[in-house]
Amino acid sequence: MTNFHVMLAVAAILFVLGLLCVMTRRHAISVLMGVELILNSAALNFVIFSHYTVGNLFGQGMAVFIIIIAAAEAAVALAIFLNIYRTLSTSEIDKATQLKG
Amino acid sequence: MILHFLTQAVFWFLVILTVGSAIVVVFNKRILHSAFALLFTLCGVAGLYVFLSADFLAASQMLVYVGGILTLIIFGVFLTARMYNMSIPEQTHQRFLALLPVLGLGGIIFYVLNSAEWHLITPMVAPTTENLGKMLLTTYLVPFEVASMLLLAALIGAIRLARPRKEDHDD
Repeated sequence: MTNFHVMLAVAAILFVLGLLCVMTRRHAISVLMGVELILNSAALNFVIFSHYTVGNLFGQGMAVFIIIIAAAEAAVALAIFLNIYRTLSTSEIDKATQLKG
Repeated sequence: MILHFLTQAVFWFLVILTVGSAIVVVFNKRILHSAFALLFTLCGVAGLYVFLSADFLAASQMLVYVGGILTLIIFGVFLTARMYNMSIPEQTHQRFLALLPVLGLGGIIFYVLNSAEWHLITPMVAPTTENLGKMLLTTYLVPFEVASMLLLAALIGAIRLARPRKEDHDD
């Protein structure tokens, strides 16, 4: 058990927990938090492999792009959730079943 | 020797912090507690980035995730819940049904992690910011520009989506 294996295990656990969060929670923002966990685990994996097996910076570049995309995704998703809450007065994703505002 | 021991202690502390608060994020019934647990998960991942000699990434993780995305999420929690109900409990559904495929996937990942032969190199610890900046402006120039356009589009789109409509101004 080196640090490499432990970090890979942490990334795997983060991914699995994020998946569970997306699948089980009802509140839209909880689902968004699960997506953030999954994105974090993916970025962590890129950085781990770039540090321990390749030795260059391309994995870290990928992680930078993952952070950029996570920021854009969170902003747009929260704007959509606010709109759903305003028009349907619910924040549970199961109840948001219509697209018409 | 003592330095190595201290480093390992900090490393395991970060691992336990990350995993433990991620478990709280998923299983806590109160969404506000989940949001604050996510803060500790993100800080733990930033600490792990330091162990991977990714100093720039650790800093931007703290700035973008903890300073930006988490603040947005907490704002979202407050804006989409009635303010007199501060605890904001939340039901979960089909937890045991969802546990099956998730545990299966986790088992597969851990099996591969244990059985694969990794070809490891001796890791180098060096400052990365300068090389990362050079890489973003040479090799990755096109994705970098596309990402900045994406951020601009997401910014304008989020403002347009979240703004109250014209007829809402009357009341």
